[in-house]
Amino acid sequence: MSELIRVENLTKRFGDFEAVRDVTFTAEAGSITALLGPSGSGKSTVLRMIAGLETPTRGRIWLGQEEQTHTSVQERRVGFVFQHYALFRHLTVWQNVMFGLAVRRMSKRERRARVEELLELVQLGPFRDRYPDQLSGGQRQRVALARALAPRPNVLLLDEPFGALDARVRQDLRRWLDNLHRELGVTSLLVTHDQDEALELANRLVVMREGRIEQVGTPNEIYNEPATPFVAGFVGSANVLHGHVIDGHMEFGEHRVPIANDLADGIDARAFVRPHDVRVRAGGSGGGSGTARATVERIVTLGWLSRVVLRLGDGQAIVAELPSDELCDVGLGDVVAVDVRRALAFRASDVGRLAEFASVES
Amino acid sequence: MSVPGGGGAPELFEMPPGEPDLPRGRSGLLSGLSQEGAKGVLIAVVSTVVVFFVLGWVVVHSENWPEVKRAFFNGAEFKDTFPGIASRFLRNVEYFLIAEVFILAWALTLAVMRSLPGPVFFPLRLMSILYTDFFRGIPTVLVVYLLGFGVPAMQLPGVPRSNAFWAVVALILSYSAYVAEVYRAGIESIHPSQVASARSLGLTRMQSLRFVVIPQAVRRVIPPLLNDFVGLQKDTALVAFVVAVPEAFKQAQLEQYADFNFTPYLGAAIMFLIVTIPMTRLVDWLIQRERARRQAGGGL
Repeated sequence: MSELIRVENLTKRFGDFEAVRDVTFTAEAGSITALLGPSGSGKSTVLRMIAGLETPTRGRIWLGQEEQTHTSVQERRVGFVFQHYALFRHLTVWQNVMFGLAVRRMSKRERRARVEELLELVQLGPFRDRYPDQLSGGQRQRVALARALAPRPNVLLLDEPFGALDARVRQDLRRWLDNLHRELGVTSLLVTHDQDEALELANRLVVMREGRIEQVGTPNEIYNEPATPFVAGFVGSANVLHGHVIDGHMEFGEHRVPIANDLADGIDARAFVRPHDVRVRAGGSGGGSGTARATVERIVTLGWLSRVVLRLGDGQAIVAELPSDELCDVGLGDVVAVDVRRALAFRASDVGRLAEFASVES
Repeated sequence: MSVPGGGGAPELFEMPPGEPDLPRGRSGLLSGLSQEGAKGVLIAVVSTVVVFFVLGWVVVHSENWPEVKRAFFNGAEFKDTFPGIASRFLRNVEYFLIAEVFILAWALTLAVMRSLPGPVFFPLRLMSILYTDFFRGIPTVLVVYLLGFGVPAMQLPGVPRSNAFWAVVALILSYSAYVAEVYRAGIESIHPSQVASARSLGLTRMQSLRFVVIPQAVRRVIPPLLNDFVGLQKDTALVAFVVAVPEAFKQAQLEQYADFNFTPYLGAAIMFLIVTIPMTRLVDWLIQRERARRQAGGGL
């Protein structure tokens, strides 16, 4: 049976350095929860504490109904998948998957049947006699997954499982893992710095930064209603524009955009605008109060999607992303009408140096 | 006296995966020949013949060559003494084989003691460190003298009184310190995630060490271990200093005392070379193979 994972006020100090501070969240039974954050945000440390590979300085850990804060690794029955696979190089694929079963109380026949079943599941039956060195990266990670799942763990912990693979393989494996999870329904906790991976796979995201939780929510909530400027900038790309709040609107240059959140009038603010929320029309005229004029500085075509770098009247750059066919009568140097459909505003003082992090590369 | 392989062969360890490998060791004797084809082979043969002929000619025609030849390369003396030395060499092989078995086991014990985690095992770790520091710090020949003469001289009841026995024990104690370091390098080269994954699969710390770390560590250090084997094979000659019943070196010494001709030493040297050269080549080959495997495989 799959179990929930709950951590409360989890804190980990390495000497003077506080790697994780007061982290509290619940991963619901049968779901995939992603711990998302840049490197050094403490997400892997949280995962390792849940597995029992690190001892928390403070806080408590539950796996299912039982508190497991102080139990040893081998008692916790977690499946752990490492970024660099950590396969046993001296053993074949078959022996690797068998490894965790060898110390369980099972008959020989049951063990063999279980290994067969797992190899079937990860589609590696024909490779059973190969050694890890003779497999591709994607195959190795599938072996690692089969090995972790073989002893029927209560929870599955994945530490950047696709981090060492190239983009194409990563996407295939992601889809494959999604299907596998639907089939098995084992509670999974996925550590990643890749927002696409988190948004695609997880039911819930825990966004971390510098050892602390920034926001917990569904992928939709995180993407559309980021609680902090950091989340707005880290999950999905965003333009960061300087301006002021006036009457529930963000004003920058001649541009006025309604903002989704409440901020007091007159304060210095930064608007976060998703590139796909920027509309571009040929001809610099028309439109309502939200419309402004801008000059087209660059157009990058990425297949069906195009990225347009625009220079607003007040000198700020803004990046728009839109279907390439909507751009047919727009050319370099043209003056166009720009609509911003949606923006989030944060106090300039809260954004600080994060802006550089958040801004879209142009 | 030979110096056993010290820190092991460093190029085998600490080579993180994914890091660009050092330029492939194209230092083999025959490398380069295959690239240049038949012409290259021909040039190599001609230049080799010329160089060796000139060297030989210079040596043989030097003023003191007849003296040197009489003292070191005496045909009659060689014919006379070599069979005796060769048969005595069987003893060296015997010492070597017996010592090696105990060294491999004892050194592994030392290395494992040193790798045990946690404060409880501090005394064992300390003992292992002191042991290796001590025996790596004193000349092997000194240990051979100390035990080979010292222990039998005490005439303790129930303790073997054979000098050869204690000389071999001395070799075991001394070499184990070096070999333990080789093992330790191997154990430390195994990535911590290997233990972590074994433990998350339900194994205890000890089981992880036994089934995951040691098998991989030993595989990785086979070439440097063989290096130490070569050293040990040579150092069996140290037993000569304390025994009455001769092995190859002692036999050669006795022959030399008889008529002040040094040719018997040449015979002993040949016997050692017959064993050590193939072993050295084997080590080279294993290192090459390991390197190739790493380049093909990568990953942890």
